[in-house]
Amino acid sequence: MEKNKYKDIVDENTPKENVFYDCLIAFITGGIMGVIGQYLIEFYTVILNVPTKSAAVCMLVTLIFISCLFTSLGFFDKWVNFCKCGLIIPITGFAHATMSAALDYKKEGLVTGIGANMLKLSGTVIIFGVVSSWVFSMIRMVVGLI
Amino acid sequence: MIYLNAFLFAGFICMLGQFILSKTKLTPGHITVIFVTVGAFLDVFNIYDKFVLWAGGGALVPITSFGHMLTHGAIQGYNTEGFLGLIGGTFDLTSAGITATIVITFFFTLIFNPKD
Repeated sequence: MEKNKYKDIVDENTPKENVFYDCLIAFITGGIMGVIGQYLIEFYTVILNVPTKSAAVCMLVTLIFISCLFTSLGFFDKWVNFCKCGLIIPITGFAHATMSAALDYKKEGLVTGIGANMLKLSGTVIIFGVVSSWVFSMIRMVVGLI
Repeated sequence: MIYLNAFLFAGFICMLGQFILSKTKLTPGHITVIFVTVGAFLDVFNIYDKFVLWAGGGALVPITSFGHMLTHGAIQGYNTEGFLGLIGGTFDLTSAGITATIVITFFFTLIFNPKD
């Protein structure tokens, strides 16, 4: 009897994950990030008179700067918790992971804290990206030779 | 029109990631690794370049473009410098993003204190 009651209370208070709702939120926020990226590219092409390729680099740096700033001001975590993949999949998630790891280990000192742990979360992206791109470009090279 | 394409493409990628995150027990780290690898793969036969032409910034913002640019740099290096360019050119296009992340993070960490 007591056990069943306890189970009911736990079931009532466990937050229900609505997959459809989460996906919709991620779709909208991710789409907005894409639109912001496209707008920034056109903005930089007009303002700085640079080719689209350099404007894309400027756009990425701007997004990284904004998400680093918001993370260190403290409210980007709440946004990530709400939007989930809408902010994790864009480049903002990469910057957010780096920034929060660095902030967490700040108290352990410059070298052993920030230096050693900055890429703790986002290093996987770089490592797997480099390894897979090496493998795939080798494949491309071999295919090109044949 | 390109704004609509950018919205649809970036939104679709994020929705796909959210779907995998909700349905399986993978962490966000796994999801980003999967997407980087997929982006690197899609560049092998220049498929991702078509997405970039179609969706503009919408295809450059998701983490898939990180893998795309890594492979793109390696192939570009191979075409210009031969075999050595395959390793030398990997970071050609992405170094700006990585350097900016590390430098900005370093100085912001010195300025700001963690909030709880």
